[in-house]
Amino acid sequence: MSLVLDVRNLRLAVKTDEGRAQILDRVELALPRGRILGLVGESGCGKSTLVRAVLGILPKNAVIESGEILFEGEDLLRLSERELARRVRGSRIGFIPQDPYLALNPVFKIGAQLLPVMRWHAPAPADGPRSGAALLRAHRSRLVEILRRVQIPEPEAVLERYPHQFSGGQRQRLMIAGALACSPRLIIADEPTTALDVTTQLQILKLLKSLATEFDVSMLFVTHDFGVVAQLCDEITVMYAGQTVESGPTATVLGSPQHPYTEALLACHPDRARELAGIPGAVPSPLDPPPGCRFWPRCPHAIEYCRRRPARFSEGRRGQLVNCRLADPLPDAAA
Amino acid sequence: MLRFILRRALLAIPSLFGLLVLTFFLIRVVPADPAAALAGENATPAQVAEIRRQYGLDRPLHEQFVVYLGQVARFEFGESAYSRRPVALDIKQRLPATLELTVSALLLATLLGIPLGTIAAVYHNRWPDTLLRVLSVAGVAIAAFWFAIELQLLFAMDLGWFPLRGRMSSGLAAPPAVTGFLLLDSLIAGRLDAFRDALHHLVLPAVTLSLGGIATIARFTRAGVLETLQKDFVLYERAQGFPSRALIWRFVLKNSVVAAITQIGLLFGALIAGAVVVETIFDWPGIGFYTVQAILTADYKVMLAVTLLIGVIYAAVNILVDLVHGLIDPRLREQL
Ligand SMILES: Nc1ncnc2c1ncn2[C@@H]1O[C@H](COP(=O)(O)OP(=O)(O)O)[C@@H](O)[C@H]1O
Ligand code: SF4
Ligand SMILES: [Mg+2]
Repeated sequence: MSLVLDVRNLRLAVKTDEGRAQILDRVELALPRGRILGLVGESGCGKSTLVRAVLGILPKNAVIESGEILFEGEDLLRLSERELARRVRGSRIGFIPQDPYLALNPVFKIGAQLLPVMRWHAPAPADGPRSGAALLRAHRSRLVEILRRVQIPEPEAVLERYPHQFSGGQRQRLMIAGALACSPRLIIADEPTTALDVTTQLQILKLLKSLATEFDVSMLFVTHDFGVVAQLCDEITVMYAGQTVESGPTATVLGSPQHPYTEALLACHPDRARELAGIPGAVPSPLDPPPGCRFWPRCPHAIEYCRRRPARFSEGRRGQLVNCRLADPLPDAAA
Repeated sequence: MLRFILRRALLAIPSLFGLLVLTFFLIRVVPADPAAALAGENATPAQVAEIRRQYGLDRPLHEQFVVYLGQVARFEFGESAYSRRPVALDIKQRLPATLELTVSALLLATLLGIPLGTIAAVYHNRWPDTLLRVLSVAGVAIAAFWFAIELQLLFAMDLGWFPLRGRMSSGLAAPPAVTGFLLLDSLIAGRLDAFRDALHHLVLPAVTLSLGGIATIARFTRAGVLETLQKDFVLYERAQGFPSRALIWRFVLKNSVVAAITQIGLLFGALIAGAVVVETIFDWPGIGFYTVQAILTADYKVMLAVTLLIGVIYAAVNILVDLVHGLIDPRLREQL
């Protein structure tokens, strides 16, 4: 099966005042075409940093040390800033941010924010208008059509309104419309429902699921809510402290989790509908990550070997990728 | 939007009223004998008594205040001891010169300050930023009179590019006064020669006057842009693929100038004060020059009129600033 997004062995560090922080360490992620992948992990595990690395919008102090980010087979890390802006970000990869309250520029009308994106990427139809006012009209009518599709009432009037005139749910619909505007191949949504109330959350999730099929777009969906994953996603990748710890099809990972961290996360909320809470301990600071397996200070199965164990993937019982000695067929030193 | 403007204008009324009360007390109460002060040093007791009656200084304070309000409303400020002409007339003739100078300086300061501040923010902590920071400290610190004289020496005396002083060459007939602004009046009269001459005269004084303003506006714009760049919506706009330069000029700047525009409002006060120096050095026939004369000759009536005038201009500028804020940020528009 071909992969839309294939992140391999990604390592990323940030230089801070207190020293060098290893934010991402050997991250692996594979998103098959046409699927929705849920990226799960507690807050501070590096999910947003991974998203920003894929989009090429990392903070200035971040350095990618190694790895590949293959998008439709092309390594994004080899592209220049210009190429990324021109033909990846916003055009082939759409982005839905976490907080729709903060992500819209308060002093511009909706139309003035979304239409320039379409103009910049100019997905002019082959037989359609090529320039000027006609092109703008074409973009406008496409945007209006998408706004209608994401269930925004009075889409024409909406273009003339300012962000503060919308509710949170409506703003998130606007962001979804913005992400779809240029017909992307991949949509990355970074906790798009976290800032919303439960009812709105459900509506947005349903909408995303149907849009993914309708627009034939793959989706990377970041969340810390397993309930959301169960409802929406085909695949799961679990991250802990900057590392991928387990990944595979949703049913497999939820049905027979093999990494102790995944187990712990699932055990926190058996009804799988609440936010993650309650694993004893905290995500270690990336400034001073524990040696060996990063989960050992909190892991109920930790043994001395885990402190020396390098991150290493093996295939779990049902084919998922697991980064733990318990799934490792060749533990160097058994207990 | 109209409601917004009206509301802002109403808000200015209390402060203007406060100014009237303050000036009233300064003239009527603070001098031991205001009639004597008004009559001047060499007045006879009979003249002082006449003035006391004429100005109603023998009546109760609240009645005097009503009379004072009436006089202000009718622009009756009496005659200047220095020019021997009605103060209102002097001001009417001189005000446009000062406004032409200060507005030009402000325009220059805004047009240079905002881009410079933006560039400094984009090159945060790199050499263009450092250079601009040094220049802006210099811009604020340099004394206007020193800079003015340096400009005169270099560009007027040595290079001869610009005239040394005045508003217009003496050989040239001024265009008929319509607005009092020489640049506008020249254009209205279709007199390009006069326009060029007036513009030529304006350059050195306006540049001198704008110096501190450029520095201040650049500094606040830089801070504003740096703050805006931290916002989520900038990250979102970048995620949409806008090249960073387009993003800054097209989206970030509009969010960033609010603080700088507040400064522009405050600067207008500093500019009027600066105009006193600049007008004196460049022999510019405006209010500043006139006020210096009034202060030197203790010309009460002129000082009173100028104080009120500056208060009104200040209030007007601040209404304008609020208006621009409202134009920039729709949320402010709706607050009222
Ligand atoms: N620019 C930065 N400078 C320093 N530390 C950062 C920076 N960005 C993120 N981090 C750190 O990286 C870790 C991961 O952050 P993030 O990717 O936002 O996690 P998540 O999205 O999973 O909550 C956190 O510990 C955070 O403090
Ligand atoms: S490697 Fe050891 S510490 Fe890490 S998750 Fe597995 S058992 Fe726990
Ligand atoms: Mg995050």
